[in-house]
Amino acid sequence: MTTMDRPDAPPVRTHKENRKWVGQSIRRVEDPKFLRGRGGYIGDMTVPGMLHAAVLRSPHAHARITGIDAAEALAAPGVHAVITGAQAAQLCDPLPDFGPDPAKHTWRCLAVDKVRYVGEGVAVVVADSRYLAEDALALIDVEYEPLPAVVDPERALADGAPLVHDDLGSNCAYERTFDFGDVERDFAEADVIVTDRLRWHRSGGQPLETVGALADFDHATGELTVHTNSLSFTSYLFMVAGTMKIPANKLDIRPVPAGGSFGSKLFATKPAVIAGMCSREVGHPVQYLEDRVDNISNCDHHGSDRVYDVRLAMMRDGTIRGIDIDTVEDYGAYIQFGVGHHGNALAQVVGPYAMTSVRYRVRAAMTNKNQQGAYRGFGSEVNNWMLEQMVDKAARELDLDPVAIRRQNFIREFPHFIPTGNVYDSGDYDGVLDKALELSDYKHWRAEQAKAREEGRCIGIGLITAQERSVFSATEFWFWFDEPGAPVTSMPESVTLKVDATGGITATLYSCAFWGNSPETMVAQLVAEEFDCDPHDVAIVYQGSKNGLPATGPGGSRTTVMLAGAVEGATAKIKAKALRAAAHLLEADPDDMEWVDGGFQVKGVPEQRKSLADIAVMLHLFKHSFPEDMESGLEDSKVFDHPYTTMPSADRKDLGVFYPFMGHACHVPVVEVDLETGSVSFLAYAAVHDCGTLVNPRSLAGHIVGGTAQGIGTALYEEFVYDDDGQLLTSSYLDYLIPSAMEVPELKIGHHETPSPYTLHGIKGGGEGGRMMAPAAINVAVNDALAHLGARVTELPITPDRLRAAIRAAKSRESG
Amino acid sequence: MPRHEVTLTVNGRTSTVSVEPRKLLVDVLREDLGLTGTHVGCEHGVCGTCTVLRDGESIRSCTTFAVQVDGAEIRTVEGLAKGAELHPLQDEFWDKQGLQCGYCTPGMLMRACEIIEGNPDVTHDQVREGIASNLCRCTGYQFITEAVCAAAARMKADSAETTGAQA
Repeated sequence: MTTMDRPDAPPVRTHKENRKWVGQSIRRVEDPKFLRGRGGYIGDMTVPGMLHAAVLRSPHAHARITGIDAAEALAAPGVHAVITGAQAAQLCDPLPDFGPDPAKHTWRCLAVDKVRYVGEGVAVVVADSRYLAEDALALIDVEYEPLPAVVDPERALADGAPLVHDDLGSNCAYERTFDFGDVERDFAEADVIVTDRLRWHRSGGQPLETVGALADFDHATGELTVHTNSLSFTSYLFMVAGTMKIPANKLDIRPVPAGGSFGSKLFATKPAVIAGMCSREVGHPVQYLEDRVDNISNCDHHGSDRVYDVRLAMMRDGTIRGIDIDTVEDYGAYIQFGVGHHGNALAQVVGPYAMTSVRYRVRAAMTNKNQQGAYRGFGSEVNNWMLEQMVDKAARELDLDPVAIRRQNFIREFPHFIPTGNVYDSGDYDGVLDKALELSDYKHWRAEQAKAREEGRCIGIGLITAQERSVFSATEFWFWFDEPGAPVTSMPESVTLKVDATGGITATLYSCAFWGNSPETMVAQLVAEEFDCDPHDVAIVYQGSKNGLPATGPGGSRTTVMLAGAVEGATAKIKAKALRAAAHLLEADPDDMEWVDGGFQVKGVPEQRKSLADIAVMLHLFKHSFPEDMESGLEDSKVFDHPYTTMPSADRKDLGVFYPFMGHACHVPVVEVDLETGSVSFLAYAAVHDCGTLVNPRSLAGHIVGGTAQGIGTALYEEFVYDDDGQLLTSSYLDYLIPSAMEVPELKIGHHETPSPYTLHGIKGGGEGGRMMAPAAINVAVNDALAHLGARVTELPITPDRLRAAIRAAKSRESG
Repeated sequence: MPRHEVTLTVNGRTSTVSVEPRKLLVDVLREDLGLTGTHVGCEHGVCGTCTVLRDGESIRSCTTFAVQVDGAEIRTVEGLAKGAELHPLQDEFWDKQGLQCGYCTPGMLMRACEIIEGNPDVTHDQVREGIASNLCRCTGYQFITEAVCAAAARMKADSAETTGAQA
């Protein structure tokens, strides 16, 4: 444990008892329009004069562009413009990124003189229809001079590797080693050091709707309006104005519902920039909507892609002392989010275990692949997987029970500062584990496993216990640097509540559109809890970036906690004004009044009462009934900032508090492995999650099941496969395998609720759900099924080929 | 490019449109008829997001040319609800949270419609296998399966009631 002087935690809250709406699985308020096919997604929007854009993509992983001839395309029917990468570089500045050095690393909406991965855009066509735009793409003649590609991240870091960015002088965009706690002592005193090499290949969110934008540049006002399904509006997307070379106050980015994101639409600026650039050039509204190949090859959001060499310092009795992690991350061709993915990992690097030291070395490798972005978990799910494989291996090497070794190391006192300096606010890991053992019928399955083994069948049980951090702070993006360019700390979220003259409530959200989670339902339930109304009577609207209040958007399971804080703050302001108005109207002392069932009344005198509607109509229409200083209307906003952030120490021995609301879960899949085919099927699956107080239990269950389905994909099926030349082999859903209803089992779901002491109602985030745990659990289950063969799979996804190779390797070890 | 006249009866309403032979059914529905409830996901017939019913059978409208279905009876998500009243499938999807982002939902609803209409006694396992034709990235299918089963039971009860009332 570090000894830094820690700032005080926020005050511990007393949570409301007898909640009426928070905790109810109400029908989601978002759903009716989607059920009726009236979702209004970006592809559904048309405006008069709208044209369509399509992008020509590089067939080479690494090549110089020596010439582009677009004359024939420009003359094709219905074509309004062709913009090449070189022309785009004149029209737009580079895209915003969090890369290592803006002078040496330039990321543009279209490649200029060199392509760096298969699928990188080289030119865009604007035409009357998407059909005609794609016809014209085929007429553009690009001359390439192929260069050797570098695909493997470790080879990319070796001497003599082809350089992805010549100016960087290296493919290592970033390297850092942190020591937290006394690593040397823990490893010196360990009885046993468990080591392993683990490989997590890249998969991605792959929402069924791709990213798109409809841009309209008005040459009369110089204003650009962009409708887009990208997320994170007011806090980041002003940077698009910089790329477009227009003032930020001339840019209005308006949210459109997103047909899924899972991280992959976070800060997706490229489609907005391409559509905006085209619209400004042709003087028409232009829609650019990725097709599936565009999205798979060039979405800017492939997920984590890591090689791990890990050492775990263990005592013979099962005590985990410390962990030494050395990881190489394959970021692809451009570094977009810096090493924030590893900030996520550091938030919960020790899992639920009370170890005292951590060494963390990360090297960020540039390769000729699509760049890495966000995918549900943002790299912390990878850490969960790595840690659980190590704990599992330790249990085997020390001949300890996999449940006992975990329980023995659980953190039990909260708040608990882990060696990196982040805090776990609360938790009850024993409670979750007990519930999971019961729900999964763990003993029964151990007996079944033994029986099956006698019959020659391989059943495996994959019990894991892991964390789900929630509500990030921006410090994790810069504490990697001793002298950060911008030590940003604000991560706000805003809500405006308006009570109309009839007492009806409208909530305005600012950060993003709906994206598949339930921001509208969450806000409606929270408002209903505050005002004693029906959540389905709360109207929700979204405000674009123009006139928008500060807001960060979804990410790191933050939305519900942050929206709750904003709703609470706005409510307090509205109720303060309503109380004063009611007291004035009743000629009562405000201190003698209380909020009861949707109105203010004199304590103990229910007939001396004004409902919210009574108060609202007066405040809207009868200004002169009130004191001079009271303004008409009943509307207020709250900009709610991160409730618990502390700064990293200067020496980075302590990274401060940056992800404090710590959820937890235990997953128990039971799998059967077919040794002949290498296939894995599920016999049972139980999951118990604790993400604090639940707002809508069924919604959270939906994230558990849906996230687990994605985790099954990550564990068994999904991979963006590049061959040795950098060709993408999985550019369609025939090859990139998303689990169907036949690959996903029925889950038994359990909820455990350990309220956070620091948030409204004790809510913690839970949106990343089952994907935080499922890959770890399934890998452990498969290895449990293979344990008697001496085989162990250390690479995800566990394809039949990899699984059978592990069995063959075990056999050859045995015979050799 | 030459154009062809195609006559479609969509959700009971007959329209004739003039289209290029290469124009996909999904684009005709969305662009020519303004029925944007049918979505495009993978664009090559894998994900089922574009599922509509042609003469009662589900097809992938993203790999079907409009000229191939000239004269056909097409049903899309827009035809499910009767005014303010949701179809039992829509209502049960809402109740069971059988959707999150809603993008696969229209295709999934039409596929579920086909399953139930083809077999009013459909079992839980048959529903799960039946909807494996369509990908959903959000829900993990569990609540969709629950919703379809609940809708099937409701539709069967409603139909027994109607039959009983007639008798």
